[in-house]
Amino acid sequence: MAVASPTRAFGASIRRREDPRLITGRGKFTDDIHLANAATAMFVRSPHGHARIVSIDTSAAAAHPGVLGVYTYQDVKGFISGMPCAWPTTNTGDTLKLATYPPLADGKVRFFGEAVALVVAVDPNTAADAVDLVQVEYDPLPAVVNNEAAVAPGAPLIHDSAPGNQAFRWSLVGGDTNGALAHADVRISQTLVNQRLIATPLETRCAVADYNPASGEVTVWVTSQNPHIHRLLIALSTGIPEHKIRVIAGDVGGGFGAKLPYYAGEALCIFASKELGVPVRWSESRSENYVATAHGRDHIQHIEVGATKEGKITALKVTAYASLGAYPSTVAPGVPTWLFGCIIQGPYDIPNNEVHVIGVYTNTTPTDAYRGAGRPEATYILERVIDLVAAKVGRDPVDVRRLNFVKKDQFPFKVANGTLTYDSGDYELALDQALHTVDYTHLRAWQEEQRAAGKLVGIGFSSYVEVCGLGPSSAANAMGFAGGLYDSATIRVHPTGKVTVFTGVHSHGQGHETSFAQIVARDLGVKVDDVDVIHGDTDKVQHGMGTYGSRSAPVGGGALRLAGMKIRAKAQKIAAHLLEVAEEDIEWVDDAFRVKGSPDKSKTIPDCAFAAYMAGNLPAGVTPILEEQHWYDPENFVYPFGTHICVVEVDRETGETHIKRYVAVDDCGEIINPMLRDGQVHGGIAQGIAQALWEEAVYDENGQLLSGSLMDYAIPKASVMPHLELGHTVTPSPHNPLGVKGIGEAGTIASTPAVVNAVMDALSPLGIHHIDMPLRPAKVWAAIDAASH
Amino acid sequence: MEENHVGITVEVNGRAHRSTVEPRTLLVDYLRDDLGLTGTHIGCDTGQCGACTVIVDGQSVKSCMVLAVQADGAHVRTVEGLAQDGRYHAVQQGFWEKHGLQCGFCTPGFMMQTVQILEDNSDPSDEEIRDALEGNLCRCTGYQNIVEAVKAAGATIRSGAETMVVGTGVGA
Repeated sequence: MAVASPTRAFGASIRRREDPRLITGRGKFTDDIHLANAATAMFVRSPHGHARIVSIDTSAAAAHPGVLGVYTYQDVKGFISGMPCAWPTTNTGDTLKLATYPPLADGKVRFFGEAVALVVAVDPNTAADAVDLVQVEYDPLPAVVNNEAAVAPGAPLIHDSAPGNQAFRWSLVGGDTNGALAHADVRISQTLVNQRLIATPLETRCAVADYNPASGEVTVWVTSQNPHIHRLLIALSTGIPEHKIRVIAGDVGGGFGAKLPYYAGEALCIFASKELGVPVRWSESRSENYVATAHGRDHIQHIEVGATKEGKITALKVTAYASLGAYPSTVAPGVPTWLFGCIIQGPYDIPNNEVHVIGVYTNTTPTDAYRGAGRPEATYILERVIDLVAAKVGRDPVDVRRLNFVKKDQFPFKVANGTLTYDSGDYELALDQALHTVDYTHLRAWQEEQRAAGKLVGIGFSSYVEVCGLGPSSAANAMGFAGGLYDSATIRVHPTGKVTVFTGVHSHGQGHETSFAQIVARDLGVKVDDVDVIHGDTDKVQHGMGTYGSRSAPVGGGALRLAGMKIRAKAQKIAAHLLEVAEEDIEWVDDAFRVKGSPDKSKTIPDCAFAAYMAGNLPAGVTPILEEQHWYDPENFVYPFGTHICVVEVDRETGETHIKRYVAVDDCGEIINPMLRDGQVHGGIAQGIAQALWEEAVYDENGQLLSGSLMDYAIPKASVMPHLELGHTVTPSPHNPLGVKGIGEAGTIASTPAVVNAVMDALSPLGIHHIDMPLRPAKVWAAIDAASH
Repeated sequence: MEENHVGITVEVNGRAHRSTVEPRTLLVDYLRDDLGLTGTHIGCDTGQCGACTVIVDGQSVKSCMVLAVQADGAHVRTVEGLAQDGRYHAVQQGFWEKHGLQCGFCTPGFMMQTVQILEDNSDPSDEEIRDALEGNLCRCTGYQNIVEAVKAAGATIRSGAETMVVGTGVGA
């Protein structure tokens, strides 16, 4: 849509600046990078979930024509001995056991698909042939894939350094939960499984490394959500000086958290390029991606709830067994701890709550952040608990939510465990809007009619608040994150008034080249089409912390806003000087500095930029050129919230769930581009529904990944996704420079329990009160069948 | 010519190419690596995701499931050939205007399949669109705006309206 003026660009549903190259096939994804003489890297991977490596014979592979090198751990360990963990989570006492994560297996394989050897050849076909020629002799060991079994006595030991396969014990306590439980009118115990998921971005991971032995510089094209973090971790883990490393994350085909970590495959491309003196490229196949790229979620949760007979929750105790997989991935230890436990009470005023997390190693692919990263695991608990409490006390789950909500006059609201202060919120407003959209009273009446006709129809709710916009650096450091969580923007206004923005966050689908241009358009009065947004190249862009945790708009956008205000402040001095008035006699109105009372006397930012370039007629103290930079360290996280409502019908004969209606009301504060915001919510909800109904990473007892390809792992298709009805409320964040909260993960966080609650509501007349996800037809049918006997 | 190589002639986006390929070379790899047309993407190894969809002799096919040698003598259309005479194809314009893409990786495959859908029926229902797109996976959009994009493209085709010039900005 066209906008009347740049000032109006913020808040408009403008089509995207990044699309022209993407719709013409001119995107530059990492596998599209072709360098002359580039060799291809491929990996020999373990077919066992747990095994000793008896021997590796690389001789036949190395002798194969066109093979440039075959390497095992002994060959690479001098370059990189272990993959770093950048979040050794605090609050674990002395229990934290971060096992060494070798880039190639060192004597033992601990998960199906673990890389055992690296083959580098002149082309992919030769590399594939050579991989088949590497002979590895294994002595299989018993494997353990269940989180509780892994820490039970007698479980196979995965790491000598982690007795009992325990990675850590972590707790957060608020109030007196045991006391409140003891006095509760109503007590409920429930075990929940938040199953392991596979991120499945459509683009698998790729890397191209080009090491220059003369200069000692290396350029690494990589599918990263956070190129500066990759650069720092490459430097720390390989010893290559940080300033000699250029990381380029160009067009990246989706991340969802799985492209946040720094992986061995990427490091080994650098190794091979340095070793061989040619560029080395590697692209995961999809089945390789399924074993080599981090998985998500994977909790077993034991919940105890205490409530009054009216349904007011007085106590919540959670004990969660969370799998790190076989090795600790880059930020893995922080996900099931801080990102899960801080917000364990969600949008509810629960004065007594405790969360205890046991991190475990299992013979599975390492886990790490996956859309929501800890918050879906917490929200699922809360929303199932609310429904279980409502069922027990005989009240409408809507009323139980209302009863327990933090009220709008309680903000800023500090949670019972003391870790977070919610900045703003109006949870009832979103709930009421959602109820109004579905016409709730009539919906329940319709449900009664359907039930009378023998149909299994259900209405499910999910009210949530989540913590994102990572975040205050002091909090990050205190949580053990090995970095700050500020972000950055440089705004360069060229002499002709065009603008280039350099942002430290990254876009891999979110549309920042557009939304950030909209921020600049409003703040500097320039056209969106005249603003280029550059990200992803550490040679071009100042230090930033990348994109995850719904941080780009609040933190990246916040930095951009503040840099823009610096531009305005400098330009204002120049404008006043050019207009020959005092600064206090001009004001910023309608995309220009205008003399108060004589608005036709004006100077635009481009006018000021040209004057700054000429530099001969600048006011005292003002330097040439109009360019400013800012690093923004937020004072708090941000807290988007909302309510989703899902209506389902369960087919008695097949156990299949059909979503008949899905309504989402989300509040992310101010909205930069409604069309892009809706797109984030659509995609987030699709992933959340998929966890509820279809997706599950399945291992057998030997640690074989059974759901190893798209044939078996059911990501949704167009034909199974329902139409989504989106609404929103606007409760700005009072501390954020733009008033925005993040929206990238909220859809996923909210939707999973909305769907599960709907199915459970549908089955409630049969006396079924809980089934674990995914609610596959066979599972649901079996529950229906069992209930009828 | 090496003993295990085969000579093929393939017309791609109206231009004839004579090449020698190994029999095992997939059409998608031929397009991407031999011809440098990297707009067609690879998203899986089991023929599920559809990111590699192109049009061969008027039929949309998954180019990861076709050998280059099978395309000998065929006419192939890829995403690079959609825009004509400096103007976007209606399908490209529909995806752009309706935010039918986020990361853009699946998009060329979706657009080629959409070209096929709309050539068969320029006014499909939502259900028909979703069924016809079963072979294309998207992880970013949840498909809702893709459906809108297909409908918008259909409307443009039916109206015969001129599409946007390639190089047009976002108009703001």
